[in-house]
Amino acid sequence: MARKLLLGNVHVEGINTYEVYRKHGGYSSVEKALKKMTPDEVVEEVKKSGLRGRGGAGFPTGLKWSFLAKPEGVPRYLVCNADESEPGTFKDRYLMEKIPHLLIEGMITASYALGANTSFIYIRGEYSWILFILEKAIAEAYDKGWLGKNIKGSGYDLDLYVNIGAGAYICGEETALLESLEGKRGNPRIKPPFPAVKGLWQCPTVVNNVETIAAVVPIVNDGGDEYAKIGIDKSTGTKLISASGNIRHPGVYEIELGMTVENFLYSDQWCGGMKNGKKLKALVPGGSSVPILPHYLVTKTAKGDQRLMTYESLADGGFESGSMLGSGGFIVYDEDQCIVRNTWNFSRFYAHESCGQCSPCREGTSWMEKVLHRLENGQGKMSDIDLLADVAKKIEGNTICPLGDAAAWPVSAAIRHFRDEFEWHVKDPQGCMQRNYGLAHVPIENQLINA
Amino acid sequence: MHAVVTENGKPFKFSDATRKEVEAIIKRYPEGRGKSALLRALHLAQEENNGWLSVSAMDEVAATLGITPIEVYEVASFYSMYNLAPVGKYVLEFCHTGPCAIEGAEKIIEYTKLKLGIGKNQTTEDGLFTVKQVECLGACGYAPMMQVGEFFHEHLTEEKMDAFIEDCRAGKIDKGTWKMH
Ligand SMILES: Cc1cc2nc3c(=O)[nH]c(=O)nc-3n(C[C@H](O)[C@H](O)[C@H](O)COP(=O)(O)O)c2cc1C
Ligand code: SF4
Ligand code: FES
Repeated sequence: MARKLLLGNVHVEGINTYEVYRKHGGYSSVEKALKKMTPDEVVEEVKKSGLRGRGGAGFPTGLKWSFLAKPEGVPRYLVCNADESEPGTFKDRYLMEKIPHLLIEGMITASYALGANTSFIYIRGEYSWILFILEKAIAEAYDKGWLGKNIKGSGYDLDLYVNIGAGAYICGEETALLESLEGKRGNPRIKPPFPAVKGLWQCPTVVNNVETIAAVVPIVNDGGDEYAKIGIDKSTGTKLISASGNIRHPGVYEIELGMTVENFLYSDQWCGGMKNGKKLKALVPGGSSVPILPHYLVTKTAKGDQRLMTYESLADGGFESGSMLGSGGFIVYDEDQCIVRNTWNFSRFYAHESCGQCSPCREGTSWMEKVLHRLENGQGKMSDIDLLADVAKKIEGNTICPLGDAAAWPVSAAIRHFRDEFEWHVKDPQGCMQRNYGLAHVPIENQLINA
Repeated sequence: MHAVVTENGKPFKFSDATRKEVEAIIKRYPEGRGKSALLRALHLAQEENNGWLSVSAMDEVAATLGITPIEVYEVASFYSMYNLAPVGKYVLEFCHTGPCAIEGAEKIIEYTKLKLGIGKNQTTEDGLFTVKQVECLGACGYAPMMQVGEFFHEHLTEEKMDAFIEDCRAGKIDKGTWKMH
């Protein structure tokens, strides 16, 4: 049986209400932390757990917390990143919709650990109904004495509020999020200083993803060592995966890190394999920003090892033959999908979402979008393919925030693994628009005959 | 920014209830940090102004928050959920990003546009529908999808679109609200 630390009770009737949540052990991590642990002891458990940020970057959470500056007389803040806009990712929505109190509980326990007396959840504007689900849960928590002054007689005070975005992917980047929370445009800040030193209103701030904060609950309840027993290497605990694309059972799954990709993709308990008997063509394992993997690198690494659902194994082979776990946005493509079209689609997304502050990103993303658009529409030249790769390389590493990299990586990876499909778009645009696309690395002649 | 001052010549004012709501939200933030209420105040103003933000509505938000109008304009023009020109009663926001696209988003969007006789960002003559194409809304596993007001409509098919449009015409569709629930 796969252990579920976050979604174990998700199907319990009424778990979205305070009473049922509490009856199933809810708020016990707050009780334990406030009554039996010092804030530093909570941080210590999180360190021991090996928990890594679930928002995409995978940075160790305990370490991040220990960087938080604590100058006398200056407030500190915990901000929950519920912006969830990475294409392919819809796990935080599921968690907040189904078990809102789990996030509230995690926010209280984590805020206590960090010594924050005011905390915020920043949620994307399109999830407006979840804003109200959260505000209702927060009102219940105030009502039952889990929020407010002197929580359960511990002497600890905490206020928790929800802030709302208004449609901007860039506000998921933590410094853009802070700008937005301050009521401004979501322009990422130049780092350093990092939010841990100068964050919200220039005060020390920790920004964590919804799932990261929820994971603090089982870590405090069961202990960091217990959490670290699940998983492999530096990939501990469970992870929410949002599975989409041409599979039989799309949806949100909580897996134990370390499961094989093959099991996750093909087993009936999880994705259930490819839909309509089609063949697997490619996988984007961690949201639109991570490199795409061609079918022959999905279940096995280039060295021939089993590919696992871990940070390390998905990255095995580096950018040559690996990818990243990212946000866990698991997008599956079947043989009918056009890689050029998908790459164009993602480029359009990044061009649209670039905040426009730095020229390599602002100009580069639009340029890639234009070139990909003409390739996809049969008006491209052979030299466009190298041009694209070159533009992508010039964006990478030359921007204020990682959106530039996020826009460049998918383009570089698509060209690296599916170059023949890009060439096919130049050589035979007509055929390309009319036929099924076939698997990569099949000689073009055969692709046309089989189609 | 294509600024439209007001649609009917009347300046925008918050209703009393909404003004109270905005003022309550401002109080959540430390002294002098009330600007943090801006994004939410704009959502509320947009809802009270028939789904879009006129210059007059933005100025009202600026006055309520005690900030300059330009601070409001630059934010309103940055975020894609704010409409800076009039829209129809029902704004159909279709996701057209990768995971939805491979599950047929483009076809369903084309179908709807043809059926309504409008293009992207246009409004039907009867003022009922506007079609917008937006980026991933976090429903990729339930594709194709669109958002209308507060609600997501998932696993769209042509039949479902037909029925939805009928229901809108019959006034049966609830868009939800930005007011506190
Ligand atoms: C362009 C961009 C978009 C991002 N979007 C999100 C997001 O929607 N949700 C999220 O949790 N993190 C997102 N991140 C990562 C955050 O910057 C940050 O690393 C994360 O919230 C930290 O939390 P964690 O350590 O718990 O993962 C994004 C980063 C970038 C560069
Ligand atoms: S990389 Fe792009 S999104 Fe990030 S700050 Fe620069 S222009 Fe803005
Ligand atoms: S791609 Fe359409 S909701 Fe994510």
